[in-house]
Amino acid sequence: MTDLGDVTDPAGIADVVARASYGKLLAFIAARTGDLAEAEDALSDAFAAALSDWPTHGVPDNPQAWLLTVARRKRVDRARRARTVAQSSPHLRLLAEERGTRTASKIPDDRLAMMFVCAHPAIDPTVRAPLMLQTVLGLDAATIASAFLSAPATMGQRLVRAKARIKLAAIPFRLPERADLPERLAAVLDAIYAAFSAGWTDPAGTDLVRRDLALEAIWLCRLIVSLLPDEPEALGLLALMLYAEARRTARRTAAGDYVPLDEQAVATWDAAMIDQAEAALLRASTLGTVGRYQLEAALQSAHVNRRQTGRSDWPAILRFYDALAAVTDSPVVALNRAVVLAETAGAAAGLAELDALADDARLATYQPYWAARAGLLARSDRIAEAREAYRRAIGLEADPAVRRFLAKRLNALE
Amino acid sequence: MQYLMLIYGNEAAMAAASEAATNERQAAYMAYGKAMTDAGVLVGGQRLRPTSAATTVRTTNGKIQVLDGPYTDTKEQLGGYFLIEAPDLDVALSWAQRCPGAAQGVIEVRPIWSM
Repeated sequence: MTDLGDVTDPAGIADVVARASYGKLLAFIAARTGDLAEAEDALSDAFAAALSDWPTHGVPDNPQAWLLTVARRKRVDRARRARTVAQSSPHLRLLAEERGTRTASKIPDDRLAMMFVCAHPAIDPTVRAPLMLQTVLGLDAATIASAFLSAPATMGQRLVRAKARIKLAAIPFRLPERADLPERLAAVLDAIYAAFSAGWTDPAGTDLVRRDLALEAIWLCRLIVSLLPDEPEALGLLALMLYAEARRTARRTAAGDYVPLDEQAVATWDAAMIDQAEAALLRASTLGTVGRYQLEAALQSAHVNRRQTGRSDWPAILRFYDALAAVTDSPVVALNRAVVLAETAGAAAGLAELDALADDARLATYQPYWAARAGLLARSDRIAEAREAYRRAIGLEADPAVRRFLAKRLNALE
Repeated sequence: MQYLMLIYGNEAAMAAASEAATNERQAAYMAYGKAMTDAGVLVGGQRLRPTSAATTVRTTNGKIQVLDGPYTDTKEQLGGYFLIEAPDLDVALSWAQRCPGAAQGVIEVRPIWSM
């Protein structure tokens, strides 16, 4: 049952039920019909009915079952209008199972299967995260579009197309076979991380939609962990996001100025969230396989080591970057590794690594590459080159606060 | 539901293949076809003659236009198809990945539009 807390008014309860069970109800219907769009329509009709019915007749004992019953009736109405024979067989199956849920008052949780559908290899990778946010959390296309910096109409179309594809190609609502699970789960986790990243790139936290998105992504990952408790990479991703989220507000001063990680005051980090992250990472480490998300979380863990010792554990951080570089060919990982190397082996060693990366076209327009280069050049007393690199970094940065920060570093070099 | 697997491959490379390689490919297709029949998924399938035997027809404003050659000129050509019965896309894809043609070219999987 949904925990209604202190909410007593029917509209408020409808809201709480919607928030807690939208994805579950949608997954229950869609898993039995294969049609997400139709299930969404029926469910939104049902919630509208609840808003007009509950204030008059009171909140039903089992709000979820009530909503399912109304959603089914709405589906029947629509099916009658469409008069399609094809729809009748999944409908009968749904009806039978729904009867079962009313007596047992327990609705099977198909949200995990729905997430695997959203991140199916047959779905365009860039629409997986938006699709998951819409189906599991019930976010509308306009909200999702704003978080992913795309036009609402475009985002709406892409979501509609993906749902049509799921229905027409009959992408199944079920957990992948054991042999396929690691790869398929990786796609689900990547989509969750994409949602988190979209929310994370608003450092000032002024955009509520995007800030919430990071929290929604954490919620989705918690759901995965609760349903698949022994998957180390799911725990690794959860830890990674919690570490990052714990430092959200530390990235800016009260005046809105950018604060780099190594200058953030430890007291501004969310200690409880970091503890949760450490616990998740620890549990992941007992489960056997190491992957990208666990390594990235371990990196974060070595950084927050500063809480206890006053300094980041650079040798450990370097080891994790070595391991990470072995599992990805990401130029960003190589770049960060070079910066860490400068901490353990000196600026010259770091610069030599950066020189080796200079030919990578992906880094040529990547602001952090030029900022890192500028910092190491300055430490090597190559001031003119450092100034040039800072100018390039500033020219590539979109965030005014970071531009101000880089300009301050540039001006300090005389 | 039914899915059509369209098998695309490089005709020129196939024509130039050694006899041993050709025999091996044919044996692989025989075994694959038998596996699909035994599993009860195979509805039908045929190998096509090369695109050099293809003719394209279209009518524009009532005027018939006949051209020799295939509709599209691509690096890989349509060389055959299988029609299969599968409960969902994952099952269809599991058969597509076993198709010998998937190792040499590409298999396009399309759901049949049932009426």
